[in-house]
Amino acid sequence: MTGVWDVVVIGAGIVGAACARTCAASGLRTAVIDATGIGAGATAAGMGHIVVMDDSPAQLALTRWSQELWRELAAELPREVEFECRGTLWVATGEDEMKEVRRRQPVYASAGVPAEILDSRALAEAEPQLRKGLAGALLVPSDAVLYPPAAAAYLMHEAIRMGAQMLSPQRVVAAGQGRVRLRDGSELSAKRIVNACGTGATDLLPGLPIRRRRGHLVITDRYPGFVRHQLVELGYLKSAHSIASDSTAFNVQPRQTGQLLIGSSREFGAEDTSINHALLRAMVQRAASYLPAIGRLQAIRVWTGFRAATPDKLPLIGPWPGDESLCLATGHEGLGITTSLATGKLIAAEILGEKPGIPAEPYFPARFLGENHSAPVQTLCGEAAHG
Amino acid sequence: MNPILDILVTGAGPAGIAAAVTAAECGLRAGVVDDNPASGGQIWRSGAHLPAGARRWKARFDAAAVVRFQGWRVIDCPEPGVVRAQRNDAEVASDPAAEDRIDLHYRQLILATGARERFLPFPGWTLPNVMGAGGLDAMVRGGLPIAGKRVVVAGTGPLLLAVATHLAARGAEIVAICEQASLAQMAPLMFQVLRRPGKLWQGASFRWITRKSRCLTRCWPVAAQGDQRLRSVTLQRDRKQWTVDCDYLACGFHLVPSTELAALLGCRLENGFVATDELMQTSAPGIWCAGEPSGIGGVELSLLEGQIAALAAAGKTGAARRLAAQRRGALPFVRALESACRLNPQLRDLARDETIVCRCEDVPLKALRDRTGWRDARLHTRCGMGPCQGRICGGAAEFLFGWHAGSIRPPLFPALVSCFSGPDAALDPATHREAP
Amino acid sequence: MAEPTSSVALTVDGKPVQVVPGTTVAAAALIAGTQTRVSVSGEPRAPLCGMGICFECRVTIDGVPHQRSCQILCAPGMQVATARELPAP
Repeated sequence: MTGVWDVVVIGAGIVGAACARTCAASGLRTAVIDATGIGAGATAAGMGHIVVMDDSPAQLALTRWSQELWRELAAELPREVEFECRGTLWVATGEDEMKEVRRRQPVYASAGVPAEILDSRALAEAEPQLRKGLAGALLVPSDAVLYPPAAAAYLMHEAIRMGAQMLSPQRVVAAGQGRVRLRDGSELSAKRIVNACGTGATDLLPGLPIRRRRGHLVITDRYPGFVRHQLVELGYLKSAHSIASDSTAFNVQPRQTGQLLIGSSREFGAEDTSINHALLRAMVQRAASYLPAIGRLQAIRVWTGFRAATPDKLPLIGPWPGDESLCLATGHEGLGITTSLATGKLIAAEILGEKPGIPAEPYFPARFLGENHSAPVQTLCGEAAHG
Repeated sequence: MNPILDILVTGAGPAGIAAAVTAAECGLRAGVVDDNPASGGQIWRSGAHLPAGARRWKARFDAAAVVRFQGWRVIDCPEPGVVRAQRNDAEVASDPAAEDRIDLHYRQLILATGARERFLPFPGWTLPNVMGAGGLDAMVRGGLPIAGKRVVVAGTGPLLLAVATHLAARGAEIVAICEQASLAQMAPLMFQVLRRPGKLWQGASFRWITRKSRCLTRCWPVAAQGDQRLRSVTLQRDRKQWTVDCDYLACGFHLVPSTELAALLGCRLENGFVATDELMQTSAPGIWCAGEPSGIGGVELSLLEGQIAALAAAGKTGAARRLAAQRRGALPFVRALESACRLNPQLRDLARDETIVCRCEDVPLKALRDRTGWRDARLHTRCGMGPCQGRICGGAAEFLFGWHAGSIRPPLFPALVSCFSGPDAALDPATHREAP
Repeated sequence: MAEPTSSVALTVDGKPVQVVPGTTVAAAALIAGTQTRVSVSGEPRAPLCGMGICFECRVTIDGVPHQRSCQILCAPGMQVATARELPAP
């Protein structure tokens, strides 16, 4: 592990793995370091919903591009990634939400994302388990589901096949100015360093505008055919990205195994992985209010995970002002699985000095810094841990 | 809210029965929640052939003022002082008014969650009619006809002889009893048995009943054959292998303590067992542990520990200490039993590349060889991700790879999704959503 | 024919079965057939542990799937369905 690396990626979650893959594919000498293993953090905790979202033009651009990249990759994904083009149904409860359906359909269409409006009857035919009397839905057929740890493992193994090296388990205690120091005292030299540590990114860059946002998920036993699409309440966009306090939303995903993932919840200020039973209860009741029979299915496991949330709901992708060696690829909140591939492309373009597929500026970390770009960070001075 | 129990006991085997009876006889309001259709645990399962001591304890249990939740599985501890349970027949019972789940409130909790068999994978172990030793015994006590069937009993531990005896008494033909341990390894246990007339007499009578069966040490199954179900078993002793025809293989490699509830409650574990003090108190205040989860020691020790835990929890420390002294006398037996059941390292070679280790998700051994640990295996192979939640493959993975199960999460057993919501909601979901 | 009080009548895969009260559904399933479920890769499976731990004894009871048959007692008129093959994908 001597010599100067072109790129050292810190973190082997799905974002780090995607960055490593694009860098290695571009011929860059790439190393990846992770404290535990591939896809063991937020990647392992998330649903694996590849979804286009339009909370802002920049979010739409990133998710749309990345969804397209996933569909291009689909044919070569191994079976265990469980990639399925299930489509998303954004479910509207009443006429006010149908207005939103009708507003969003042309927005998606103009971005090149086919979207179809279902009325009440068409929705009931598409998903017979939904409660009667729902107003309709927006169907986005090109959205998909996958199993994130296997997807991360595939991207990482592709990176390794193309020459990347993986160091794991190894904990990075400091990174910056072209140097990455490990807990065992050894150091790596790198032209560029990519901090892809998810919520752990702040351990290496204290002061980053990232907060841990805890989520709960329930997985059931196998009930093939219970639902067919990823089902999300239309209010999800608002609740998911509102910066206010705790929230739950109806979000149910059919897995290839026939299992169902039941979500979702969002809470700030929760630091451990324990279950918030009050929030879990609200989440399950929310799901049952859309799918009345879901309460009679058997749950196998409940778990929590942490999303890396930013104040403006957009990730931090690109150069870190004040340290020419440092790039960020974090802050993806609930969209890390979807936008990992586009993040990898943006990072590779940044490092190679090329023009990326979409404008990169909206995601630059510099947007959170003052005019003089003074970074509220310490590099190579504090002993921090990430993971 | 349900009334608060002074003492809640989880598990109605010997330890749980002794604890509940003792607590009730101390005048405390006691409750028991147990997963099985009938009380008695695995060793005192319903049916005939129960020893006199067992019948006496069960009679006391029936006479005691104990609130009983029989056939309910513990699924969660939603808040301190509360154990949540689901009725096992909630999904199929004809009474729609009956509660699916209950929140049991307690002041003190006694964990008497028992143990389960350790299973080791070998080619053919997933065939129908290959069961645990205790597994076949339980099935027979649950109504499976065994008369005239040819049974090979294998694995390790005193359970093998007890099961063979019971099955023989029910008319089974015990083809062979195969114990993986050597005679030398079992000598300290024999010595302990010789010092205990009750155990000696029991062992001698067991062997008398099974006297027509071959009883082999250093012997274990290396493969089971059959098409849709078991037809024959290949056994190995030293370098010799031979195949015997049989209808059932009853094979268990001693016991694994059931510590999931203790772990969920934050009780400290030590070498896989729940750590307790002399009075059976765990590291968590107000939580006690009795029976196999604190050390595999058999019925007599479980009965003692159940009484100690209940007396101590009831504040009768003097009486608890007197029994604790008796318990100390039994601990050499526990250690001798543990060393007698230590698994021969050659058993690690039984499973082949294609042999399934995780039966829920059909994960073969070869998929696990390169994983770095239990969590890594779960994430990348699905091992332990099925409804048994790793209870079967976990014991095997511990022996094969030295992996230890990670954090315990609810539900402790698969449970209705609705068990996480429910009418006693303290939180209005509307208040935890944002206004649109 | 046993007296009504001393036997329970149910069906396993449509086949009538009479058992004594206190018999588990798992035992009834093995009296009537050879397996309880099909594994995710298509193997026939039957009970292993007999005590509600292994989930190999799962059957469908009265239309409700994934029931641990070793922990549930036979009831009159119960309709038990074991699995013979994997459901079509």
